Amino acid sequence: MAEPLLTLSGVHTHIGRYHILQGVDFAVPAGGVTVLLGRNGAGKTTTLRTIMGLWRASAGTLTFDGRPITALGTPDIARAGIAYVPETMGIFADLTVRENMLLAARSGPPDSGRLDWIFGFFPALKTFWQQPAGVLSGGQKQMLSIARAVVEPRRLILVDEPTKGIAPAIIENMIRAFRELKRSDTTILLVEQNVRFASALGDHAVVMDDGRIVHAGPMAALAADTALQGRLLGLSLEPHA
Amino acid sequence: MTKTAPPVAPPAPVTAAVPGRRFDAVPLVLVPLLALVALPLVGSTNSWITLTVAGLAMGMMIFVIASGLTLIFGLMDVLNFGHGAFIAVGAYVALSALGPLAGWIQTDALGWNLAALLVAALAAMAVTGVLGLAFERVIVRPVYGQHLKQILITMGGLIVAEQLIRVVWGADQKPMPLPAGLRGAVLFGDIAVEKFRLLAVVVGLSVLAAMLLVLNRTRLGLLIRAGVENGEMVEALGYRIRRLFVAVFVAGSALAGLGGTLWALYRETLTADIGAEVMVLVFIVIIIGGLGSVGGCFIGALLVALTANYTGYLAPKFALVSNIVLMVAVLMVRPNGLWPVAKR
Repeated sequence: MAEPLLTLSGVHTHIGRYHILQGVDFAVPAGGVTVLLGRNGAGKTTTLRTIMGLWRASAGTLTFDGRPITALGTPDIARAGIAYVPETMGIFADLTVRENMLLAARSGPPDSGRLDWIFGFFPALKTFWQQPAGVLSGGQKQMLSIARAVVEPRRLILVDEPTKGIAPAIIENMIRAFRELKRSDTTILLVEQNVRFASALGDHAVVMDDGRIVHAGPMAALAADTALQGRLLGLSLEPHA
Repeated sequence: MTKTAPPVAPPAPVTAAVPGRRFDAVPLVLVPLLALVALPLVGSTNSWITLTVAGLAMGMMIFVIASGLTLIFGLMDVLNFGHGAFIAVGAYVALSALGPLAGWIQTDALGWNLAALLVAALAAMAVTGVLGLAFERVIVRPVYGQHLKQILITMGGLIVAEQLIRVVWGADQKPMPLPAGLRGAVLFGDIAVEKFRLLAVVVGLSVLAAMLLVLNRTRLGLLIRAGVENGEMVEALGYRIRRLFVAVFVAGSALAGLGGTLWALYRETLTADIGAEVMVLVFIVIIIGGLGSVGGCFIGALLVALTANYTGYLAPKFALVSNIVLMVAVLMVRPNGLWPVAKR
């Protein structure tokens, strides 16, 4: 396994009086896709939000690229090279698609080659470039959310359930986009419940339950072991006929 | 970190209908509609024009005061009842600045009059901007995200500011001298339009144009508009929104100072509670417009001022409640205001 790009050690997160993350330990190897699996309410979204600093870890340490980020604010974590695609997509509905992308490109106007690459996967964004993002369909909003995260090269992209409620044609393009990103030395930490999507992309699997990590290993091994899937997830990763 | 683009893969066909850009023009129609409805009720065309111009001028002044507050609420989610303090301080600073410029305001030369007002307005904006910086640091920052505490502490800030004004400038009512060249009216046939009201319209339109320019044509404006919608996501994109908060709070306070200067000149008298008096109208305006919406605030300010003027003329007993009725009517049709800002 490659050197870890991101490491969580004994991370606890409280939201109000609720103790959500209860000592999370796992590492995201540099390069490739790590899939974070688990039942609803296991703490997957909280883990991503804690990494981004949107919710503060109450204990434990987070290290990114050898540098502690536990005490950093969200903007500094983003500037360290982490992009975030939230479950809610987080697009700015009153801004146009172009303005959303301009805002995501912190270092200046987006590179035209990079934009062409994004339009290759998500052509609807080019079509609706000057339209307010609020009028896009759910799938188009998800495209925009992902496009925003990759408009400039980032070291790590956190993606929270990107396929939720999305049309299969768009999911296919997402898979191809994430595969291309893997080839361009970008690491992805993906929270996903879509079995086919997770299996198609995942190199490593981390399984959460009740705010703790209960399994970590190669995605292929988990995908091949139905007994383990049943024990860890209460479901099978085997595609249904 | 590589800056080169990854290879372009051929696109898979994604068919989707082009969503239509639906511009909501209804709020724009409301102001002329209200004026047209009032025309037969007022009866006399000359009186109607005078009332309408007066209403537009009053609306512009309220807009200048309210525009900063609506951005502060939209971006920072802060209920700043202390905004009235900046209105009052701005007015008193302008009064003090005009003191040494008595020669400029007593002459009939309009150029010198306007220069004096410019100096007074800039002084008011500078002082209220600095005061806003301190107010955000000391009073608002500890209560971000706590609405009840915000109301209590900013109310307290307003009361303290009013008392400090009485200590510094005295508790008695002060005359606010309108420059000689701006007294009286301009005649258009039989119609008389007060000169100062024309100036207020020009200032209000200039502030609106400047705000729209900044919001729609600059990166700072882009950040403000995005922050009003979803501040958390702006931070996740790597922007330090706290700095944006401070900048908007200072700008909003400075605009309140400018608005206070205009309002005091409009009333031609000045008391420490001048800000608190106008705050009810200001809150009605930003609620009608849609919290955080500058365009909505502009339309809301014009509607409120025109309604107050027409009702004051037609049924003076109902003038005080007319704006509450207007607000209720708008919220019944549009619960989030005329031009609501999309919120996450």
